[in-house]
Amino acid sequence: MTATTAPAPDPRPEVVEETGARRHALMVAGLCAGVGIAAVVLFGLTATSDQVSTLLMNPRGVDTIPNVELPTQIAAFVLGFGAVLLGVQALRVPNPKITVYFGGALGLFALTLVVWAARDGTGAFYGLISGSVARATPIAFGAIAGLLCERSGVINIAIEGMMLAAAFGAAITASATGSLWIGLLCGVLTGAVFGAVHAVISIRYEVDQIVGGTFINIFALGMTSYLAVRVLARYAELNRPGTFRPFQIPLLVEIPFLGPLLFSQNVFGFLMFGLVFFLAWALFNTRWGLRVRAVGEHPRAADTVGIRVRFIRYRNVIYGGMAAGLGGAWFTLGSAGRFDQNMTNGRGFIALAAMIFGRWHPIGALIAALIFGFSEQLNDYLSLLDTPIPSQFLLMAPYVVTIVVVAGLVGRPRVPAANGQVYKSGG
Amino acid sequence: MTTPAADPAVLPPEADDPLAGAPHERPPGVAGALRDLARGLLGPILAIITALAVGALIIVFTDPNALDAWRGFFSDPVEALDASWDLIATSYRALFDSSLGSQRALARTLVQSTPLILVGLSVALAFKAGLFNIGGAGQLIAGAMCAAWIGITFDLPLAVHLPMALVAGTVGGGVWGAAIGFLKARTGAHEVITSIMLNFVALRLLDYALTTDTFRRPGRTDPISPEMPGSVRLPVPIDSFRVHIGFLLALAVAWGCWWLLQRTTVGFRMRAVGANPHAARYAGMGVATTTVLSMTIAGGLAGLGGTTILLGSTPRLTGGFFASVGFDAIALALLGRASPIGVVGAGLLFGALQAGSTGMQAKTSTPIDIIFVIQALIILFVAAPAIVRTVWRVKDTRLGAGQRFSAGWGAQ
Repeated sequence: MTATTAPAPDPRPEVVEETGARRHALMVAGLCAGVGIAAVVLFGLTATSDQVSTLLMNPRGVDTIPNVELPTQIAAFVLGFGAVLLGVQALRVPNPKITVYFGGALGLFALTLVVWAARDGTGAFYGLISGSVARATPIAFGAIAGLLCERSGVINIAIEGMMLAAAFGAAITASATGSLWIGLLCGVLTGAVFGAVHAVISIRYEVDQIVGGTFINIFALGMTSYLAVRVLARYAELNRPGTFRPFQIPLLVEIPFLGPLLFSQNVFGFLMFGLVFFLAWALFNTRWGLRVRAVGEHPRAADTVGIRVRFIRYRNVIYGGMAAGLGGAWFTLGSAGRFDQNMTNGRGFIALAAMIFGRWHPIGALIAALIFGFSEQLNDYLSLLDTPIPSQFLLMAPYVVTIVVVAGLVGRPRVPAANGQVYKSGG
Repeated sequence: MTTPAADPAVLPPEADDPLAGAPHERPPGVAGALRDLARGLLGPILAIITALAVGALIIVFTDPNALDAWRGFFSDPVEALDASWDLIATSYRALFDSSLGSQRALARTLVQSTPLILVGLSVALAFKAGLFNIGGAGQLIAGAMCAAWIGITFDLPLAVHLPMALVAGTVGGGVWGAAIGFLKARTGAHEVITSIMLNFVALRLLDYALTTDTFRRPGRTDPISPEMPGSVRLPVPIDSFRVHIGFLLALAVAWGCWWLLQRTTVGFRMRAVGANPHAARYAGMGVATTTVLSMTIAGGLAGLGGTTILLGSTPRLTGGFFASVGFDAIALALLGRASPIGVVGAGLLFGALQAGSTGMQAKTSTPIDIIFVIQALIILFVAAPAIVRTVWRVKDTRLGAGQRFSAGWGAQ
């Protein structure tokens, strides 16, 4: 790959490439077909021809579109067949993208499961999707926190700790002042403080960034649990922040299905979508974004052209802390309305997974967060319908797919090259 | 894609490592050895003292009575200081009393430190091989599940049953660790990411197992397994001093780790790969094999650690079974500078802190979670000697540089 070494003469380069691409296409097609056949066998053949699945398509009290009634078996056959067709299509296009084709096939499989679970019953389809979006919110914020740090070259495995601390900070200040907005602000500030701590120990003191992240995670868990017992247990009124009410954007909310889903949320939902799309633009289209990426990929080069490497890293890690702060505040002010010990419960690590799964790109992270949120929400959906599928395996899915992704089984992600490396100027 | 020069993965390891060459001239004789020891201990001891001091400040400034006293600081400063000092003294006194103050307390400390030492050895051994094993939690759960399955399923005499359960626990953890090593060696997947993910996979797997008939206690719906039968429990040799033989096992294993690392070819390979994988590969060592082997042994140690909890102090599986030990282990491996003897010392200290914290909570109502804050601070101060240096005005050379264990996700 370097310029100085001439490429070794390869006897038949195009043949090698040809068989490699062929094998890749065959693998994608095989995976799609496998998933499709599994859907047909697992769901199509276990349903009877007289079963009907009813899917609720509207939020409670709204009646814009009719609910969907599907004959379970036929729907399962059609969807499974669709997945197989995707596999066939993968053979016909040059270099099929595994994420598109296999991802699509898995999506069809999930849809089949959703329909099948609602056989002879009523599945809250709208609730499933809106719940997924809600659960994706903190994961997306956390993933944004991670990618802001890592795009500038600082590893952040402390998302969990930052979110937990911010959840606590937001709950206690919102309760004390009686204002949710001040609580939200203080949650973001708590995140910023922890981001600054992470920045100082990893940039100023050059501590191994994974050790630093472990410190923050343990410290935040210990400190919030300590204060929860010490302060919140004694002064219960400091743990009643309340939650943000959803508000609606007029006109847009009238769109069937998507309207209430996207335009009737609380402040966190809007902030999440806004932040993701803003960053997707800013990272790749502004001077700030270019500098951040330069510092994360090749700090020496960035330094040479006069970019202050450490300053950019400090700033980005603090921004990351603030994003994690938003995610943390979601737990107390957006969802639970109170702080509980260890209430983030591993969501920070799912966010880390979402960042990796989304390949350090804001949109990718959002998609990953939505998928992971869906796998959590599907669990609730299925338990309401009394299906025999053990929920633990669904909850395992985000972690397993992340391992599959980092192992390069579906195309190795491109990691910021200088991620985790201390930069010493001068040298 | 990475060039050797661009890979700062592993800087030269610590001074006690022969691979690093002679770090400094040691004065001859016992005095010289003692001075070396003192120098080596200075950093960790200062880190512990600093962490305890910060912990004390946190205790004071969250205690309602002490805060009241501080409010009157300008009218009666002595009172504020007195109240604070009293609070700190009683808290830490209670911590000491219920960890080392009596025979019973000491026994509790040793029992607590058993799994900490074993899982700490797991992290330390992986460190030596250049791997950051953050997956102790998953490995100890996997190990404990295997051991529990043996314990529940079979009905054998102790002489057979107990060794079987111990081996099963070690193997279970070993397999969980080997997966991380395999993924790293085969695909280059960073071990920190895969081990975090496998931690959660293990947690969910445990949740699932506790809903199945095999593991769920008959007649219960909550996630709890039956008590382990007496034939797999670690025996307590002395009746008046209730420490099970798991503690001796942990000490033996620590010695075994030292022997493996310092006296065998395999151990030399591990340290060589840890010090510089490129040089090791150039020297003809199988880096991939060594990575897989190191993670397998590390996983086995963590699995054994989980097994000693299950067969010793807490003879039942519950949801989230002692996952926090996996993170404590990182702290104590750092504190022990990744050497087996250091890990034993740090394990005893953390065991004492955890055993003492319950007594402290009972006596002064200081929540036990303060111990985790102190542990976190110990991690920080050990990893960033510069902070301790600034606080205590110690010269640079006495404390050595901070350790680096991992490269970025991207570097392979």
